Amino acid sequence: MIANFGLAALWFAAALAILQMVAAGLSIRRDNPVLAGLVRPAAIVQGLLAAAAFGALIALFWRTDLSVKLVAMNSHSAKPLLYKIAGTWGNHEGSMLLWVTIMGLAGAFVALVERRLTERAMLATLGAQAFVSIGFYAFLLVASNPFERLNPAPPEGLGLNPLLQDPGLAFHPPTLYFGYVGLSIAFSFAVGALITREVSPLFARTMRPWVLGAWIFLTLGITAGSYWAYYELGWGGWWFWDPVENASLMPWLAATALLHSVSVLASRNALRAWTVMLGVVAFSMSMIGTFLVRSGILTSVHAFAVDPTRGTFILVLLAIYIGGALLLFALRAATVTEGQRFTVTSREGALVCNNVMLTATLGIVLIGTLYPLLAEAMGNKVSVGPPYFNPMSAMFVLPMLVVMGVGPLLRWRRDKLVRIGRRLIAPAFFSAGGMIFMLVKGASALPALGMMVAAGLLVASLMPLSGRRLRMVTLPLWGMVLAHFGVAVALFGMAADSAFTKERLIAARIGQTTDVGPWKVELQTIMPVAGPNWTALEGALAATYQGDHTVILRTQSRSFWAPFQQTNESALHTRWNGQLYVVLGDQVEGGRWQLRLWWKPFVTLIWLGGVLIALGGLLALTGRVASDLRRLVAVNMIAYRRKRQGR
Amino acid sequence: MIRLLFAATLLLVAVPTTAQDKLPPAPYAYRQLDDPQQEDSAKALMDTLRCLQCQGQAISDSDAPIAGDMRNQVRLRIAQGESPEAIRAWLVERYGSYVSYKPHIGLQTWPLFVAPAAFVALAALVLRKRFGKGDSA
Repeated sequence: MIANFGLAALWFAAALAILQMVAAGLSIRRDNPVLAGLVRPAAIVQGLLAAAAFGALIALFWRTDLSVKLVAMNSHSAKPLLYKIAGTWGNHEGSMLLWVTIMGLAGAFVALVERRLTERAMLATLGAQAFVSIGFYAFLLVASNPFERLNPAPPEGLGLNPLLQDPGLAFHPPTLYFGYVGLSIAFSFAVGALITREVSPLFARTMRPWVLGAWIFLTLGITAGSYWAYYELGWGGWWFWDPVENASLMPWLAATALLHSVSVLASRNALRAWTVMLGVVAFSMSMIGTFLVRSGILTSVHAFAVDPTRGTFILVLLAIYIGGALLLFALRAATVTEGQRFTVTSREGALVCNNVMLTATLGIVLIGTLYPLLAEAMGNKVSVGPPYFNPMSAMFVLPMLVVMGVGPLLRWRRDKLVRIGRRLIAPAFFSAGGMIFMLVKGASALPALGMMVAAGLLVASLMPLSGRRLRMVTLPLWGMVLAHFGVAVALFGMAADSAFTKERLIAARIGQTTDVGPWKVELQTIMPVAGPNWTALEGALAATYQGDHTVILRTQSRSFWAPFQQTNESALHTRWNGQLYVVLGDQVEGGRWQLRLWWKPFVTLIWLGGVLIALGGLLALTGRVASDLRRLVAVNMIAYRRKRQGR
Repeated sequence: MIRLLFAATLLLVAVPTTAQDKLPPAPYAYRQLDDPQQEDSAKALMDTLRCLQCQGQAISDSDAPIAGDMRNQVRLRIAQGESPEAIRAWLVERYGSYVSYKPHIGLQTWPLFVAPAAFVALAALVLRKRFGKGDSA
């Protein structure tokens, strides 16, 4: 019953998306108030119907309705409720339904709230948005129906991969999808502006909150995903250049570039064509990310070739949207001028430099991710990993971060480096200090360079505040400073962790003490414990920091039974200057237990930096939305007064 | 019928995992070398070797049995004084270039290295075009 309702809601939503697109398309070509009046309501109802379908799927998972194939394949009656519900989007079909739901609701929100652009541009935007939605509805209904039934229903479900039974799962995919969808809205605005030839600062101001919002969610998603991999995989690594990670990093890089160029367009009326182009690129990266993760191509190109339905579908969508947008761009490029001019030593100049560097970094990640797939398709397996990505991306990222330290100090349009020279003395001093420290400690080249840039940037990122009265500083400026400071903090953490991590792998007897970095760790007891759908052996370790105070860490080696799998649950102890990371492994001969211990100096700064970056984005967004609201209220007040005076 | 199928699938999933876990791990799979310098160079090498059974993990990041075996091999060979690149070459010979995360420049991989150079050139070109002609362009 619920399943039928969900499927029906999905079909109606798809039908409304078609109506929305056709009505918008027709009324742009020829003024037609009746059709135009349908577009916004269609967008709103479409969003609500998609949400209803998603609600139905959640209800099915909640009740563990095993007559639904998706539930039977991915859930189990003995699972904790949180993971039953989170399991809704822990699989392919459910996560695609989550995607269209977020996209539908975002479209509904735009239709309901956005009144700044001309009505024609709004129609074009909502039409483009419906065009994108239709593809995803078709994908769900044709190639991955979440409401497919099983008859007869099996007595029990297959369960959810234990690695995914973690609070992180409940929030990680939705966060990334908010980001992806935000970029799809930005894409729709860009297409709308191209169609109606209205690439203006007003367009940029309308699009900016969506880019900012998407970027905040992507930042949080990547940060959370990295921390999840760090504590869940049990080996202390936090970034693997795995294609799945790259799939989220690429949209972030594009969104970061877009965010900065859209700001230039909004406040300086420059970089028009570039901004529109980045809008298209950013959404392409979301689509490529979705393709990589959802087509199964990553498991193996051959598995993909055996059942290529889904992958091909996404590829076709990608080709239609991106090809279409690029064609439109090519047709309109002549009419979109670049806008206001500026010199290289200006705020815009620095932003252009960084945009180019970000795009180049994006290119590196893209080719490093796709090339192995291409090579495999041609019958030749190669691996591209950290030894390629680290130096190649650093080649663009480190110079870019130097420019990031200087850029915000420059004036718009034209400036001279001499003018800001004095404010660069302190950052340069800290940079040199960082470099010397790393060289004395014998760190290798990349962490040393990273620390050098990080140390300088920690100071330089605060410089835009110097000489200002702090109470007068606007929220977006606070946001920028905080985000740039966050980048420095994260880079500091990465450099410190790569250079100074201490590792200890031993087979320990009960009562044995070993040391790792400044810690002495004693294996005290091994006890059996049981959870809702697992049993485990729990090791208690007493860890003492430099002979000072002692903490107890409990790490588990867990056995899940549905489906059967073993996981190692790490235990962490956080200090201001780093994290102690312990993992219990298997029992080995002679009653010894495998222990893996790490001391990771300042590793937490990596994620703290990520959170600061997102917070900076949030401050900027709040500031922008608040001033937009103020402007809206002021405009309405003036209109109201005029009306009264006119009477 | 469907129920039977489900039970069969469960068995298929469960059996291989349990079978693998019964094998005793190789001596240096979860043990470091005593000489810290040797361990460092082993670790640096292991970070750049792919676990063939996992998805996108280095052998130094994996619990898979084959990763343990490979760690054991790497540590033993480093202890015997073999150079890391010689060990890499040996593994590549055994498992193909797929096992190494560090692509060497060759007939099949040149685009990976030409692309960044092209990006540098392209970036320089774009910046020159924008800013090249005197004050503003």
